[in-house]
Amino acid sequence: MPKSTPNIKQFVTDFGWPRIIIFFFLALLFAAAPFVGVRMDASISDVFNRFGQNGLFVLALVPMIQSGCGLNFGLSIGIIAGLIGSTLSVQLGLIGFGGFFGAVALALPFAVLFGWVYGKLLNKVKGEEMTIAMYVGFAGVMFMCIMWLVLPYTSPTMVWGYAGKGLRTTITVEGFYRQVLNEFLAIRIGPNFVFPTGMLLFDGLCAYLLWLFMRTKTGTAMTAVGSNPDYARASGISVDRMRTTSVIISTVLGAVGIVVFQQSYGFIQLYTAPLAMPFAAVAAILIGGASVNKASMVNVLVGAFLFQGLLTMTPSVINSALHTDISEVVRLIVSNGIIIYALTRKTKVAK
Amino acid sequence: MGQQGPILSVEHVSKEFYGNVVLNDVCFELKAGEILGLVGENGAGKTTLMRILFGMPVIAETGGYKGRICLDGQEVRFSSPFDALDSGIGMVHQEFSLIPGFTTTENIVLNRESMRPSILNDVFGDRMSVLDRPDMRKRAEAAIAKLGVKLDPDLLISEMPVGHKQFTEIAREITRTKTRILVLDEPTAVLTESEAEVLLAALRNIAKLGIAIIFISHRLREVVDVADRVVVLRDGLAIKDLPVAGVSVRDIASWMVGRTVAADAVAGGEGREFGDELLKVEGLWVDMPGETVRDVSFSVRKGEILGFGGLAGQGKLGIPNGIMGLYPAGGSVGLRGKGVPLDSPRAALEAGMAFVSEDRRGVGLLLDESLDWNIAFTAMQVQGAYLRPILGGLFKIRDEAGMRKLTEEYVGALDIKCTSPKQKAKELSGGNQQKICLAKAFAVKPDLLFVSEPTRGIDVGAKKLVLDTLHRYNREYGTTIVMVSSELEELRAICDRIAIVDEGRIAGILPPTAELPEFGLLMSGLAARNAREAVNA
Amino acid sequence: MSGKKSLGRFLTENAVVILFLLITIAAIPSSGLSIQYILQEMITRLGRNTFLVLALILPIYAGMGLNFGMTLGAMSGQLGLILAINFNVGGVEGLAFAALLGTPVSVLMGYICGSVLNKAKGREMVTGYMLAFFINGIYQLVILYMMGAIFPIRSPAILLSRGYGIRNTLNLEGVRQSLDNLLMLRLGGYALPLATFIVIAVLCAFVIWFKKTKLGQDMRAVGHDMTVAESAGVPVDRTRIIAIIISTVLACYGQIIFLQNMGNMATYNAHDQTSFFAVAAILVGGASVKKASIPNVFIGVILLHVLFVVTPRAGQNLFGSAMIGEYFRQFIGYGVIALSLVLYAWRARKDALRAREGLRRASIAAAPEGAAK
Repeated sequence: MPKSTPNIKQFVTDFGWPRIIIFFFLALLFAAAPFVGVRMDASISDVFNRFGQNGLFVLALVPMIQSGCGLNFGLSIGIIAGLIGSTLSVQLGLIGFGGFFGAVALALPFAVLFGWVYGKLLNKVKGEEMTIAMYVGFAGVMFMCIMWLVLPYTSPTMVWGYAGKGLRTTITVEGFYRQVLNEFLAIRIGPNFVFPTGMLLFDGLCAYLLWLFMRTKTGTAMTAVGSNPDYARASGISVDRMRTTSVIISTVLGAVGIVVFQQSYGFIQLYTAPLAMPFAAVAAILIGGASVNKASMVNVLVGAFLFQGLLTMTPSVINSALHTDISEVVRLIVSNGIIIYALTRKTKVAK
Repeated sequence: MGQQGPILSVEHVSKEFYGNVVLNDVCFELKAGEILGLVGENGAGKTTLMRILFGMPVIAETGGYKGRICLDGQEVRFSSPFDALDSGIGMVHQEFSLIPGFTTTENIVLNRESMRPSILNDVFGDRMSVLDRPDMRKRAEAAIAKLGVKLDPDLLISEMPVGHKQFTEIAREITRTKTRILVLDEPTAVLTESEAEVLLAALRNIAKLGIAIIFISHRLREVVDVADRVVVLRDGLAIKDLPVAGVSVRDIASWMVGRTVAADAVAGGEGREFGDELLKVEGLWVDMPGETVRDVSFSVRKGEILGFGGLAGQGKLGIPNGIMGLYPAGGSVGLRGKGVPLDSPRAALEAGMAFVSEDRRGVGLLLDESLDWNIAFTAMQVQGAYLRPILGGLFKIRDEAGMRKLTEEYVGALDIKCTSPKQKAKELSGGNQQKICLAKAFAVKPDLLFVSEPTRGIDVGAKKLVLDTLHRYNREYGTTIVMVSSELEELRAICDRIAIVDEGRIAGILPPTAELPEFGLLMSGLAARNAREAVNA
Repeated sequence: MSGKKSLGRFLTENAVVILFLLITIAAIPSSGLSIQYILQEMITRLGRNTFLVLALILPIYAGMGLNFGMTLGAMSGQLGLILAINFNVGGVEGLAFAALLGTPVSVLMGYICGSVLNKAKGREMVTGYMLAFFINGIYQLVILYMMGAIFPIRSPAILLSRGYGIRNTLNLEGVRQSLDNLLMLRLGGYALPLATFIVIAVLCAFVIWFKKTKLGQDMRAVGHDMTVAESAGVPVDRTRIIAIIISTVLACYGQIIFLQNMGNMATYNAHDQTSFFAVAAILVGGASVKKASIPNVFIGVILLHVLFVVTPRAGQNLFGSAMIGEYFRQFIGYGVIALSLVLYAWRARKDALRAREGLRRASIAAAPEGAAK
């Protein structure tokens, strides 16, 4: 007994009070759900769906955290690449799986290019990556806002009807690749529960590939660069190249992530929609137990699940219980609170 | 020099760190206006003594000290450097403690600015007073005049030559109205010859004002020139305390390094036969902060153990760091007659060299990763070892089993105390961490191994194990070793030749059997001085 | 030779200002707006925004970078205004009342922000930014759910129809432009809000005076080198907190001035872009993460806001879409922040490199060639 107390203490300090509170809060929400008339099967189905939609964004943060670039507040750069891919796919009229994978394939070259430039930039500003990433992301999104207006897209599904040019704010992918992954091998139980097998399989595949990559020679070097750049350099590793590689991978995953998101959500959201997306992903991985310089697949899984669970359950449970729409505020406080918590934690071991 | 009694007396001061005695019954006194030269090798206890005098928190955190320190006959026990400052003890550090963007004046009066009260004082306190810049300048000028040097009070520190920064630091300490004792830790280390002369003259001026000075320097010539009395510390003991008059540099040098136990430790120079020349270094310079190498040439034969000794800050550490590409360097390095490019750690590793860094926690280890990562990483990255193909050879991923086997091998061979190969490196003790660093280097099977300060900060038992390991690898596998260490004793114990580095140059190369005073003399700054004189002549 | 060098240096150091000046000059003709109109807009916007931008100077001075946490002050100011309307205090008295109530709140907010930033040394900016988001949540909780429910509200007109929570848009009729109109000077077709400018001038004088105080000098020392300042006995953490508190309080007053000029307040969004516009302005004016002066503030406000006035019209005229101008100005705002941050970080690294190279040359040269041979 006296031996286990320090272990519990250690666990609490490692995991952190905020995360434990969030965990219990979510548990409480689930427990309370039946009493306020929220349907459990619909809720759980919803959680799975949103987990699948957003999982890749959270996964996309792992490489940069591991390589020491910090939290990728500029994930919107990857999302933009994905948007270019998906709009091109719709423009070309690709449908079904062809539409989905076409969008991914068309997005990839942009993602690699953007990631490369973005990575080079972050190498020049070591120590200030996060603030700069955030503003580079913002600026990129705003630049693309102009581009969406002027690029010569012609597909009638996408272009404003009355002006004949400029893309719509939201574009439906109905008839292109809506739900192609979700419906693939989907399991339905009752009228309210759908398990999006295809999407989760695809997410799993991406996670597996990243997991494999982190185990290759390059992936190992990347982790070492984040863990101790001086050690890595002394072992003959090019720190800058590893960091750039991690940024490219993160950007590519962000691009694929938005296409997965669209097929499930049903719409391509353009213009300022990508602005806030990185923050949700960052909050999720931090809730999952990652720190500013260490993240694992478990953090991604737990984090995406807890965070999306929170997003699903707070509105339905709290709003039914209190008859107010306070959930949005709860989300703001929880997700930003956890980010501040992670930023103010001492991350380096005493040297 | 009106006062008769000593203003500072150190009485029977002893201090141990975790059972390791670093100061043993040290006594000395200091009178007003006196300059005391304090000399000793690294680890002789100079730094610890000054930390005690200055009330550094680290002393109290490690159990305090025994004995008494008295100011004007009253015992004092400082709990922070600010207490020491208040009691009139000023310190000039080895590293500048100046704000580069501030002027000379602003630095001299830092946090002791002259102020005029403003209307907001009553509400928000003293910090709302307005600075009285003319008065600040006047005070700074007065301090500069006391030093007897030329300093522009309005120049930014960042635009000053190094010497002027040192003067600014000293001026800052003597503007404290209370300062009666001034401690200078290697103040001339960064200065040119002429700047050092001016500094010594300035110290004499300050002493004339009645301020007592403790002058710590490895340049024994300067100590002899400027000090009234010299105290020699060795292994925590104040072995000599006598007036400088009539004492020669050579005397002090031999007191400094002389050891009673040293004679039996020598095992090196047994007249071994070596192979061909393995490494040839010519005209090496290395820009490593605090350890600048200016011009070093040497060669190592196959199977040999070459030692580099010398005092801290003289550049011995820069040599391996420069050759291994960790700091900007120039000159030529050839391994087996083939040139090795500098500034590229990878090229150095691929050529067959490996390095155990003196900065174990900073460069040597991945503290947050497991032991098998730490040991196998370099071999994996440089030689592609410990990878296995998967998905029909599409990818190669880490061979965890191979890494584990390798780690277990070294855990056995080097007697590393750990719970498993998956334990995090930060959880090991210093000695075991050092063995991990050695294992990492051995795992790349180098032809030439650089080892830097292999026993720094580890306990006595572990020290012996580490040295034995090096010795064994040299004898059994013929690994050529270049070892850099501040501890002359351990160099003499295992090296075939010992080069002493002083002021960025090799002052001389001696066999391990050479007399101790000869080593001491090489470290005393004389060789560099002679070299300069030879050029100027 | 040296003239060429110093010109190059001038260009790189002022790259952001020059770039901005060029864009603005290029955009003015295509907007088709009269110089008179632009000048009047400039005067109005100087009065509206300058105070807020000035709030950023002290944290930069104390080495804490751009204080994105100034949003906390803006929220305090809005709280003050809500209460002023609630108690139906109008005119300049209403503004004073709002400021009076906002002060203790913003001091508290500043203290919280400063303490949090002290725990995140080296990444103050991103932490400040996230803290603004976090406190925004608390602000909404208080204003949207507690006002009228827990805290009694006297004026039902400002409540949402459901009985609690403040309306999304508040009409600031009572205090609208009361400061601006206090001493409105009409000069050759231009309207100069003299009182507002006097308040700004007083603040400028305060900033200049403050830099000469002991506290100001301590802030500078902390900004240059925390370790040295600490070892010289300057209370580093406390000094940093004070810098943030002053900045937050100023932001509170700044937001009140901003909103009295606007005349109405988006209760839940008015503070969203406060720090964005202020930071963009000071950077456009040539400030950096480590250096800012009063001229930077004025140059920045003028340049940024002239561009903001001009771009929607220019966008309309050039591309046939006002939205392009709208997006363009946001792009410019974010882009200029990113660009200045990058330029600064990049330059700092280059300077460090150059300093080391100089050191190397000096130390290698100090030893004559071949001395040891």
